[in-house]
Amino acid sequence: MKLRLQEWWFRNRSLIGFVFIFPWFAGFIIFDAMPFIYNLYLSFTDYQIGTVGVPPWIGLENYSEIFNEDKLFSKSMYNTLYYLGYSVPLRLIFAFFIALILNLRVRGMELYRTLFYVPSVVPLVAATVIFAGFLNTRYGFLNQFLVLIGAAPVRWLSSPDAIKPSLILLSLWGFGAQMIIFLAGLQGIPEDLYEAAAIDGGTGWQRLVYITVPLMTPTIFFNLLMGLIGGFQVFEQVFILIGTHGGPLQAGLVYMLHVYNKAFRDFEFGYAAALSVILFLIIFVLTILLVYTSNRWVFYGDAQDNET
Amino acid sequence: MIEDPRTKLLRHIFIYAILSVGALVMVVPLLWTVSTSLKTRDKITIRRLELIPDPVAWENYPYLFEARPIMQYARNTMIIVVASLFGAWVPCTLAGYAFARIPFPGRNVFFGILLATMMLPYVVRLIPLFLFFDEIGWTRTFGPLILPRLLGHNAFYIFLYRQFFRGIPDDIHDSARIDGCSEFGVWWRIFMPMSRPVLAAVSIFAFSFAWNDFLNPLIYLGSNKELWTLALGLNALQGFEGDDNSLNLIMVFSMLMIIPMLVVFYFGQKHLISGVTAQGSLKG
Repeated sequence: MKLRLQEWWFRNRSLIGFVFIFPWFAGFIIFDAMPFIYNLYLSFTDYQIGTVGVPPWIGLENYSEIFNEDKLFSKSMYNTLYYLGYSVPLRLIFAFFIALILNLRVRGMELYRTLFYVPSVVPLVAATVIFAGFLNTRYGFLNQFLVLIGAAPVRWLSSPDAIKPSLILLSLWGFGAQMIIFLAGLQGIPEDLYEAAAIDGGTGWQRLVYITVPLMTPTIFFNLLMGLIGGFQVFEQVFILIGTHGGPLQAGLVYMLHVYNKAFRDFEFGYAAALSVILFLIIFVLTILLVYTSNRWVFYGDAQDNET
Repeated sequence: MIEDPRTKLLRHIFIYAILSVGALVMVVPLLWTVSTSLKTRDKITIRRLELIPDPVAWENYPYLFEARPIMQYARNTMIIVVASLFGAWVPCTLAGYAFARIPFPGRNVFFGILLATMMLPYVVRLIPLFLFFDEIGWTRTFGPLILPRLLGHNAFYIFLYRQFFRGIPDDIHDSARIDGCSEFGVWWRIFMPMSRPVLAAVSIFAFSFAWNDFLNPLIYLGSNKELWTLALGLNALQGFEGDDNSLNLIMVFSMLMIIPMLVVFYFGQKHLISGVTAQGSLKG
């Protein structure tokens, strides 16, 4: 009797567990698993607007077209990598550097923290629209300021050379979000480590290199990974700032914009699906590589051997 | 270690110089936004730097409400925000509770799936989801924006809840169970009231993601002006009629999108870090 009651209780308990995760699991099936699989399937078909019934299977044709004929594929990939190559490291460096300074706990630190953080609270659409005005060739602040100090104005959003730097500027404006994460990490470093180092005669620089940076590597790793994943999918800034064509000479055509155009302007869904699968594979491989190599440089407190 | 007062002074000057210049650079675009939003139409097209608006055109703000269906945009945006908050509060906390507290068979497998979906970029689901919603006739409606949110389709929130719930001592959970409280009762009467920090943090995320969402409203609601959100309205003001003459109104609109975010972050900031990092705070 007692055993059966316990058994019933355990089964009931398990059942409740399934009930509790059911909404999430239903969402997973409908919004993650099925679309992911169907997307893979679509990428091997020639599904376009007007396709009725089962989309025609064309094997690897989409992929071969992407790699062999699609000039915008390499162009948009180059633009995306260029954007990433600058914005991700620069954002990390600024965020880490300012967080270090704010962590010195000087007076007024909270005010400064707020000022650095506020731009990353601005909704992305608003931030982008603000930058469109701010960088406006004639009436924007930046050019008027450049003229004021005697420098030459720049056509920020209409010259091919300036579009990518403008996008990078916009992304740098939001470094405050990463700064806050760094700051939380820095404040979690035990004070006695620094005291011990001070007693041993460690200089400020040594403390930074041998205590702060190693203990912050998990946070740096997290911010780096999230920055890269987000950077590959940069879309709305570009869409709003320079439009779907990617600006003059398509200097601002990033990868997601190419996917968007193929899917929602040309309605070549199969082709766009293939493009998205390629982006997924790139992000996936990069994540695996980063996680794999992280053992060498990311310091986790419980694994003493990794220290060097 | 005693520092030489002169070195200390120099160090402080250096620190404050860097912070002040940096903060100024960060804030200038916002100051310019406020200033431009208060300029008259003929002042915005002067090709000279003027940071203080003269005259101050307060009327730009009420004018935008006349010129654009702002209240309708706001209502549409709030529908998405409310769905998002509901999802974050009910289904996500239930799932987080189950992952943290209920030992059901296969829990680790399900949790592994949850973690994997956090790494799944939206781009590989975008097109099939659009085709699916198109198939069932839901494009040009709120359906595609609301249904995933009502189901709490956000692995990140569930993960945060799970981490927080794991920090709540076992005894509390066990004694309530022994006293005859159901899992549902424990979740509602004990865990939810104890989880204010993480609830506040997730609510801020949910609000701001819904408020800021652009790609989904663009794809699903772009061709149905009646259902446009604030983000779509702002984009249209800037994009299609964005001649330089309406720069002031664009900045008014931007301010309208920024202010609620500032309010939310102002009241929620103390929970933001603690709710996310304090997974063991209750262990004491």
